[in-house]
Amino acid sequence: MLELQQIGKYYNTGTINEMCLFEDFSLTIRDRQFVSVVGSNGSGKTSMLNIICGSIPLDSGKIIMNGRDITHLPEHRRQRSIGRVYQNPAMGTCPNMTILENMSLADNKGRPFSLLPGTSRQRIDAYRESLKTLGLGLEDKLDVKVGVLSGGQRQAMALLMSTMTPIEFLILDEHTAALDPKTAETIMVLTDKIVKEKKLTTIMVTHNLRYALEYGDRLLMMHQGQAVLDKEGKEKDAIAMDDILKKFNEISIECGN
Amino acid sequence: MFTILLGVLEEGLVYAIMALGVYITYKILDFPDLSVDSTFPMGAAITAVAILAGTSPALTLALSFLAGAAAGCVTGLIHVKLKVRDLLSGIIVMTALYSINLRIAGKANLPIFSQKTIFDNDVLNRLLPEALKPYAVLLVLALIVLLCKVLLDLYLKTKSGYLLRAAGDNEVLVTSLAKDKGMVKILGLAIANGFAALAGSIYCQQKGFFEISMGTGTIVIGLANVIIGTQLFKRFSFVKSTTAVILGSILYKLCVSLALALGEIHIGRVTITLPIVPSDLKLITSILFLIILIAGNQTAKKGKKNA
Repeated sequence: MLELQQIGKYYNTGTINEMCLFEDFSLTIRDRQFVSVVGSNGSGKTSMLNIICGSIPLDSGKIIMNGRDITHLPEHRRQRSIGRVYQNPAMGTCPNMTILENMSLADNKGRPFSLLPGTSRQRIDAYRESLKTLGLGLEDKLDVKVGVLSGGQRQAMALLMSTMTPIEFLILDEHTAALDPKTAETIMVLTDKIVKEKKLTTIMVTHNLRYALEYGDRLLMMHQGQAVLDKEGKEKDAIAMDDILKKFNEISIECGN
Repeated sequence: MFTILLGVLEEGLVYAIMALGVYITYKILDFPDLSVDSTFPMGAAITAVAILAGTSPALTLALSFLAGAAAGCVTGLIHVKLKVRDLLSGIIVMTALYSINLRIAGKANLPIFSQKTIFDNDVLNRLLPEALKPYAVLLVLALIVLLCKVLLDLYLKTKSGYLLRAAGDNEVLVTSLAKDKGMVKILGLAIANGFAALAGSIYCQQKGFFEISMGTGTIVIGLANVIIGTQLFKRFSFVKSTTAVILGSILYKLCVSLALALGEIHIGRVTITLPIVPSDLKLITSILFLIILIAGNQTAKKGKKNA
């Protein structure tokens, strides 16, 4: 379970450009929930993910993960139980290392990076098997550098790598936004499969309203640091595309976009 | 002529060890580390003092490496923990070490002529056949360089080495792997400066003295070696980067020696006499480095156009 308690976050504190992003924002995400988050630019979606992961500090409030206060835990310590996929496919892989080396790195998450061989021979077949599930033919290119792969291939690898070791939370930061529609679809189907297989608690920020409706069991619409819409289960299933578009227009007009 | 070539090879190999360190910081970690300018003479200072105190020459190599690694840690800690920019952290340590090197050696110039060194000791004199004696320095150097290269290659294939490469390639991924990217950088800087001090120790034993300003321009030489090597040999995928760096070091030394020897240039019937004196070394070093950098940029552009 993940709880954000009375989060406060300000930008440019003490200047005339001071901007309040979150004030007294609270959110509870239950285990194995798949939350889709939508909202206009600047509504605080990505900031929320950054706050959960510890990439940006908090001004007030608490973050509780499975009953443990992680508000002051450094980013890399939190990542042990979190997998994160970014919008930019280059963020989840090492371009100058081979597919095999990237897989080996991801496989060692949570264990010491010692002076043992970086790639364990016994694991190569397992890597090949899991790459095969992507259906991109990467299993035959183990010695190819990841930098020469396409954005979609890299993002698929990033997704695979971030969920390779036992984690509890999966954070998806517009992870299909930089991909063409066909590849985005493939990645989305793959995401859903992995989330269900590994029983992950997932937060997915997306600009694609269709994905937000289609996937996940809870829908959150953010606006000016607040959740203006929060539906789950049957209520979420009942929402039609038109409803959500209407709501989106309302908040956009408010902002003057 | 032959002696000059031998000299080029020897000095190229000494600087190759330092260049392996610069390869870690500059190429792998993308960290322009200026501390090598002072960790190189630090290795020499420690070696000179230790050898005069009767320490075994081989042990001074290990001592220098460790001291260099400690200095590298300081650069890393200043950068990571105190959040000082990479270039400035290196400059701070470089400047501070100048005084520390003087304290270690006690004075600005410390000769160790006629002392036992790794190039001239009882074991070596007994093992080496008479015919190979003139090449003792070269043989010992080649052995040390080879050992350093193999160890570094092996290290880069370990889990820890993978993480080091990942830190230079994509810092975000290191965090995603639940590892502190700062610690990885500190480790890389420690190894790199260990190599620089090791090279300084060997340089001192080969030349027979420590001199406080001997490190000036080390980073320029190191970067030139790394860039010339990796640029020239990147087309040959069978040449490992570490090998390329070593070959680059020898090539660069050759270029500098040629430039120094270039007193007269003949263009057709005109003979231009260039007033080059040995003290122009640093000037030539820098100009050559600039030429290598520009040439590197040109090939990079061409590559993009072709792709």
